[in-house]
Amino acid sequence: MTSETAAPLAVEALVRGHRLRLVEIAPWLIGGLAYFLFPDYLALGAQILIGIIFSLSLDLILGYAGIVTLGQAAFFGAGAYTAGLLAAHGWGEPLSALVAAGAVAAILGLISGAIILRTRGLTLLMLTLMISFMLQEAANKAGSITGGADGLQGMAVWPVLGVFHFDLYGRTAYLYCLAVLFLAWLAARRIVHSPFGRSLTGIRENEARMHAIGSPVFGRRLVIYTIAAAFAGVAGALLAQTTQFVALEVLSFERSGAGLIMLIIGGVGRLYGPFIGVPLYMIAQDRFAQADPVYWDFWIGLLLILVVVFARGGVLGLADQLRRRLRRTR
Amino acid sequence: MSAALSIAFHGVAYAMVLYLISVGLSVTMGLMGFVNLAHGVFAAAGGYVMTRLMNGHGVPFPLAVAAAFVVVGAASMVVERLLYRRLYGADELSQVLMSVGLIFMSVAGAKFLWGPLAQPMTPPDYLSGQIDLGFRAFPAYRSFLIVAGAVLVTLLWLGLERTRFGARIRAAVDNRRMAQSIGINTTLLFTWTFALGSGLAALGGALGAEILAIDPGYALEHLIYFLIVVAVGGLGSIRGPFFAALLVGVTDTGFKYLLPEFGAFFIYALTLGLLLWRPQGLFGRA
Repeated sequence: MTSETAAPLAVEALVRGHRLRLVEIAPWLIGGLAYFLFPDYLALGAQILIGIIFSLSLDLILGYAGIVTLGQAAFFGAGAYTAGLLAAHGWGEPLSALVAAGAVAAILGLISGAIILRTRGLTLLMLTLMISFMLQEAANKAGSITGGADGLQGMAVWPVLGVFHFDLYGRTAYLYCLAVLFLAWLAARRIVHSPFGRSLTGIRENEARMHAIGSPVFGRRLVIYTIAAAFAGVAGALLAQTTQFVALEVLSFERSGAGLIMLIIGGVGRLYGPFIGVPLYMIAQDRFAQADPVYWDFWIGLLLILVVVFARGGVLGLADQLRRRLRRTR
Repeated sequence: MSAALSIAFHGVAYAMVLYLISVGLSVTMGLMGFVNLAHGVFAAAGGYVMTRLMNGHGVPFPLAVAAAFVVVGAASMVVERLLYRRLYGADELSQVLMSVGLIFMSVAGAKFLWGPLAQPMTPPDYLSGQIDLGFRAFPAYRSFLIVAGAVLVTLLWLGLERTRFGARIRAAVDNRRMAQSIGINTTLLFTWTFALGSGLAALGGALGAEILAIDPGYALEHLIYFLIVVAVGGLGSIRGPFFAALLVGVTDTGFKYLLPEFGAFFIYALTLGLLLWRPQGLFGRA
């Protein structure tokens, strides 16, 4: 009897969650306006958009599925090197290279995920780290293919759709990244509001219970791990194409870590966490880090501790708390 | 033959440093279930205390090493009370991020206070030069490292097996709730264990300053090796990390010596394989 009354309620909740709210236009309005308002900062803008896609990929596995990884840069780097090597060896068509990069990263995610997702806790954390370290060391030592520590040079990326050349001001790069981010957002939004996405949250909150109600836990975790890997790969490919260069840093622990930090600042386990955290972090970094990198590290470290101890929901979590408090006083 | 001998020698010296630094991490992770990435900070701090005392104030080597142990151990109690304590039982992500934040602050702090360069470490006269064992001469300082490491390991094992404090730690690792209910003050025990682990890390950092140079990036650069030792050895174990450190120290030295074109690749691959074979580590309990 309960299932008959509960089912429509659950369906309605899913549908309600999926319905587009007015606020959700805001990121795209801001993204579009920024193109006209800050023509001198489009290169930074493109970096931010790429960072959002990367952070979104982390949000999917970490925020929604609860898989703690320190090696997401492995997939970012795999995508970057795929796009970079294609363009350096005569195939500079950006869109197909983007797809190829996503596919390579997804395959890597599928294979590595199938092996490592059987473990938990520190072991899983270590395995994700090991895979990204192995890839970085391999890319470092295979200098004849990847350019090693000097980075991959000689990329020739063709115009997007055969029309839009990558220009010095980063106009094409910015709009290109914005378009890809929009598609990534559509996909991520669909995933997190789908029954599949809800089951991921279920796995995060109580794995034993999800097993008990017959949810294929391992399979679901593997699927989202693969999808997130593809997201990260696409982000990496975008970075390679828009900067026409691939540095070893794309595979680094620092990149995985920075992605995590930006996500936690914005709000982990929320679709819009990356949209808040990444711009905040990267604009602040652009302002302050060049002037004094030592102070920057110090304050970021302190901020991280404060967020973890006092504001686990990040900026969006704080906003939620504030809204709730305002409603209560009214 | 001589290559094998020197790989073994330098590998074991390296392993002693790795073990001293990592054993505290293994125990605190096993005891409190805390994924602490910032353990290297205490090792670096130990190195800084020792090198600053020796180079800046002319303090003799043994005294400077002892000071590193005491100062860092005491300071770590404050950090444990202020920060770590809040996150016992929290999710891994919080613990990881909090400790990463701590690393960032310590890296920036060290750069600000002592500059970006590595601190020079000159062993005292009686420990520099070579020791001739008849068939072969060995660097004196590294020989000292091996001996000192072996002595500390023996003391540690005896302490854990034979003293009441050691028995309490073992009880709490085995079953914390049971230990609490028979009247062991686990809160206090955690603090003391954390301090001891950090003090040992400081010893490792100080004694090993000649192998792992003391610079601001220390805690981040070598983090992966400390984690490998702990994960391969098995959480909460005292013996596990010792064998893991030997394995890592000797194989890493060997591969870097024999196959430098592959760098650290093999040690990562080896760790990956070992962890897939035994997810709980070589000596960890399932």
